[in-house]
Amino acid sequence: MKISKRLMLSASLALGLSVVTGLSHAQTALDSIQKSKLIKIAIPTDFPPYGFVGIDLQPQGLDIDMANYIAHKLNVKVELLPVTSANRIAYLQTKKADLVISTLGKNPEREKVIDFTSAYSPFFQAVFAPKTLNIKSFNDLAGKSVGVTRGAMEDQELTKVAPSGLDIKRFEDNNATVSAFVAGQTQLIATGASVAANMMQRNPQLGAEYKLLLKDSPNFIGIAKGEDALRLKVNTIIAEAKKSGDIEKMAQKWLGRAAGNLPE
Amino acid sequence: MPIALDFAAVLQEWPLLLKGMVWTLGLTTIAAVLGLTLGIAAAWTRTEGSGVGRLLVAMYVESIRNTPFIVQLFFIFFGLPALGVKLSPEWASVIAMVINLGAYSAEIVRAGIQATPRGQVEAALSLAMTRAHIFTRVVLPPALQRVWPALASQIIIVMLGSAVCGQIATEELSFAANLIQSRNFRAFEAFIVATALYLLLSITVRDVLNRVGRLFLFGGRRG
Repeated sequence: MKISKRLMLSASLALGLSVVTGLSHAQTALDSIQKSKLIKIAIPTDFPPYGFVGIDLQPQGLDIDMANYIAHKLNVKVELLPVTSANRIAYLQTKKADLVISTLGKNPEREKVIDFTSAYSPFFQAVFAPKTLNIKSFNDLAGKSVGVTRGAMEDQELTKVAPSGLDIKRFEDNNATVSAFVAGQTQLIATGASVAANMMQRNPQLGAEYKLLLKDSPNFIGIAKGEDALRLKVNTIIAEAKKSGDIEKMAQKWLGRAAGNLPE
Repeated sequence: MPIALDFAAVLQEWPLLLKGMVWTLGLTTIAAVLGLTLGIAAAWTRTEGSGVGRLLVAMYVESIRNTPFIVQLFFIFFGLPALGVKLSPEWASVIAMVINLGAYSAEIVRAGIQATPRGQVEAALSLAMTRAHIFTRVVLPPALQRVWPALASQIIIVMLGSAVCGQIATEELSFAANLIQSRNFRAFEAFIVATALYLLLSITVRDVLNRVGRLFLFGGRRG
């Protein structure tokens, strides 16, 4: 009698749990966004001009404009969550964010754990260094120190092509990577073109210039695996924005160049 | 969606984790030895030193104890190059840890010194012992005996605090966990493993410090 009671208790507990998980499974991200009239979007604040904090302490940039644009088209309010290159994927996996609009490049490693929408803005990563440093190929990097943001696309690309003897120093976020390079703690820096442009503009004394291309990688919007309804909806919004010229306008406004041919 | 944990993905990166543990332990060991030495010197200056010395030590102790460790670390790594002092991430980390532990242990050791009865010092003086002798033979050993558990705790706090050294590219344990999770996106597993390893390190370090204390401070007796 005692045992059967306990059995029944655990059985009903298990049943209750499965009902709860079953319910949360049935409700897609798009449903809950439309129900709560709120979309949570992860954005960068250390990545000008894509995402940075202005003098009014409010986040702004191309990614923030894109986040507001999508929320506007979905007719919901937006909650912006500042993330770093290292933790933005975790925000999607733990459902802290519905979308990640954070200069996210697409690669096979990431496609294993999250899904991507169409591309919405252009981007490329490269190695930069002072003009006085003679760098013609990746082999010239041997014996040098390069700063990079841990977990960012350029970290993975640089690790693939690094010659032995290259000292890769991985920092927590772009601000730390740039600060280390500006302070002379690393000889070179591997980072996104926009970050480098901003850094060179503010620190002309460095005499830094473009050295080696790591990857041409347009930005995609990241989304949790299996949220197809939301992904298709966002894809439609991006496709319409491309047609109407809104994507082009954002690229011109923040990057000062054309959006180019962005992949689906 | 049920959570599917995949520890294998994290554990197969064990060389990174091992390297991280070695760095964390190494940084802690150097910081413990040099930091305690600095702390004892500072405690001596604050109790026995000249007025200027006392003022300088008080400024040092208060400025370190009232600012966050990460700010001290960033000051050394990002700030000092402006003065022409360039340190590698590892040197900057160890110096920050020594300075930090020095300030906290100075106050702990000072508490131990002040608890030494005045009569013992007077007895030593009447035996014509020098000031240096009195400090190293009469005042310091019982002072350290009294505060050893507190010092051991402080060393462990500094070791756990070294987790932020990964921010400036020192490849310690948290750096390894962060690097692994940024490669395979197994954040939950990576940090569970890191937590377990930190716990293991803390217990080991505490045990070693207890043994060291017993050996050198308590003359082989149980403290």
